[in-house]
Amino acid sequence: MSSFERKGKWIESLFRWLCLSAALLPLGVLLVLLTDMAIDASGRISWDFLTSHASRKPEQAGILSGMVGSFYLVILTAGIALPVGVASALYLEEYAGRGRLSNFIELNIANLAGVPSIIYGLLGLEIFVRTIGLGRSLLAGACTMALLVLPIVIMSSREALRTVPSVLREGAYALGATRLQTIRRVVLPMALPGILTGAILSVSRAIGEAAPLIVVGALAYITFLPEGLQSPFTVLPIQIFNWVSRPQEAFLANAAAGGLVLMATLLVVNGLAIILRNRLQKRRSW
Amino acid sequence: MSSVVPSDITRKEIPAIPLHRHGQLREKLVELAILGCGMLSILTTAGILGVLAFETIAFFKEVSPTQYFFDSQWTPLFSDQHFGIWPLLTGTLLTSIIAISVALPFGLLSAIYLSEFSAQETRKILKPALEMLAGVPTIVYGYFALVFVTPMLQHILPGLAAFNALSPGIVMGIMIIPMISSLADDALHAVPISLKEGAYALGADKLQTIFRIVIPTAFSGITASVILAVSRALGETMIVAIAAGQQPRLTLDPRVPIETMTAYIVQISLGDTPAGTLAYKTIFVVGASLFVMTFGMNMLSQRLAKRYRNKS
Repeated sequence: MSSFERKGKWIESLFRWLCLSAALLPLGVLLVLLTDMAIDASGRISWDFLTSHASRKPEQAGILSGMVGSFYLVILTAGIALPVGVASALYLEEYAGRGRLSNFIELNIANLAGVPSIIYGLLGLEIFVRTIGLGRSLLAGACTMALLVLPIVIMSSREALRTVPSVLREGAYALGATRLQTIRRVVLPMALPGILTGAILSVSRAIGEAAPLIVVGALAYITFLPEGLQSPFTVLPIQIFNWVSRPQEAFLANAAAGGLVLMATLLVVNGLAIILRNRLQKRRSW
Repeated sequence: MSSVVPSDITRKEIPAIPLHRHGQLREKLVELAILGCGMLSILTTAGILGVLAFETIAFFKEVSPTQYFFDSQWTPLFSDQHFGIWPLLTGTLLTSIIAISVALPFGLLSAIYLSEFSAQETRKILKPALEMLAGVPTIVYGYFALVFVTPMLQHILPGLAAFNALSPGIVMGIMIIPMISSLADDALHAVPISLKEGAYALGADKLQTIFRIVIPTAFSGITASVILAVSRALGETMIVAIAAGQQPRLTLDPRVPIETMTAYIVQISLGDTPAGTLAYKTIFVVGASLFVMTFGMNMLSQRLAKRYRNKS
């Protein structure tokens, strides 16, 4: 009996180790890949690389237009998606009851979150670029991207709104506040850390996306900075894609360097989110 | 019995709250705006369905559905045009199958570790760490597949082409691990502790409890996570656009260049395709086919996920 038990223990700990290594191995692979990319990039990362435009000569090419394009695009995308997304979340959490309509909207948002990003590109191409006539512009790209990240903003904002205790709302109503006043002065400030986290999540999603923007018509080769909403543009991931697709070896180093800048940007953005959230949470812990 | 403050007097003495007509109007307007935003998601779905349906119908006016569903060649850019979806479809399925055969064992075992073996503190670190895998931009994964994984695999498989289904499939599999590990962990975690205690009370050991009680109870949730991961793999674009090639080919051989549905859309979008041409319409038809597949899987996944949420 005891030997049987010991054998069971042995198998159990073996299985435990198997499970642990299944969790750690992919992380190890990611680490190896990122290190490899950093090594490939090491020869190209320089101030010139960050401040030069695209070029036909790999050693002169830089990511300036991609970085500036990404920056504008993300700011615009967040500017569109955040107010609309938070308002949608407010509608679902604070206004709509548990009716048929809100169930339908909820199901609909969950489905939109699962639609492949390239399909959003097709939507943007037909609606924003062609029907509305924005052309292959920064604004068309931002509108497309805003629709893409909207489900993320809505879902995380709803999560945040749900954490606000209803006692606080009732307290505000009891003091004579209207529904809108309650939302503005009580609910939104309380839910802010969660909403911000969702905002950052959607921003980092938008920074890394390339496929829908290619469909919408962001250009791969551009040697100027966007001048306005109507301007053609490129973004960092598309610039990298362009370099990866070229046969010359030298452009691959550029792609690696671009990838490294992209990863570093995401790291900073997400790190900022964590710091921000912790700080806001601390302020409100009573 | 006389009350101290007669109610009719109080009513007179408290001045009526002045009605801020202006404020009320503003409140109504804001409420209307909020309602409008709530409806935007429905509008988005309607937009997607409308756009895809419109261009698909336009496409089928020029090309017969029989050709689309039964022709074995996809050559819209050649002079000898064929519009059979099968080469793109098998390319998409092939990379997705490879991806899920990587992601399923790793994701599921990770989920079991997270929910059954790890301490609460470890879980708090390990789960977000795994989710990082899904946060890496797909363009970076594409670079890995082309520059690192393919050359490495070529040492093992000498017949492997520079563009192939295997390498992007594997890399895509790593990317979707967290979809399975996180969602399956949620499902495993939702299994009531009383069930496990019951199993232990009957003399089952930990492994028996996991395999005979916890996993079967969480099965619908685990399946939901796997279906969602497959759907994600079907729609993944940049990794396959970079590393799988641009040759629509009806094959299940993972060593040769192929083209997926998403990579085809990218290929056409990169070229200068004027609106209204047949080539322009093909990307919407391919998009519509992709949408139907992923939509079906997402619905199924949600159904299953709901079932485990109701159960626990």
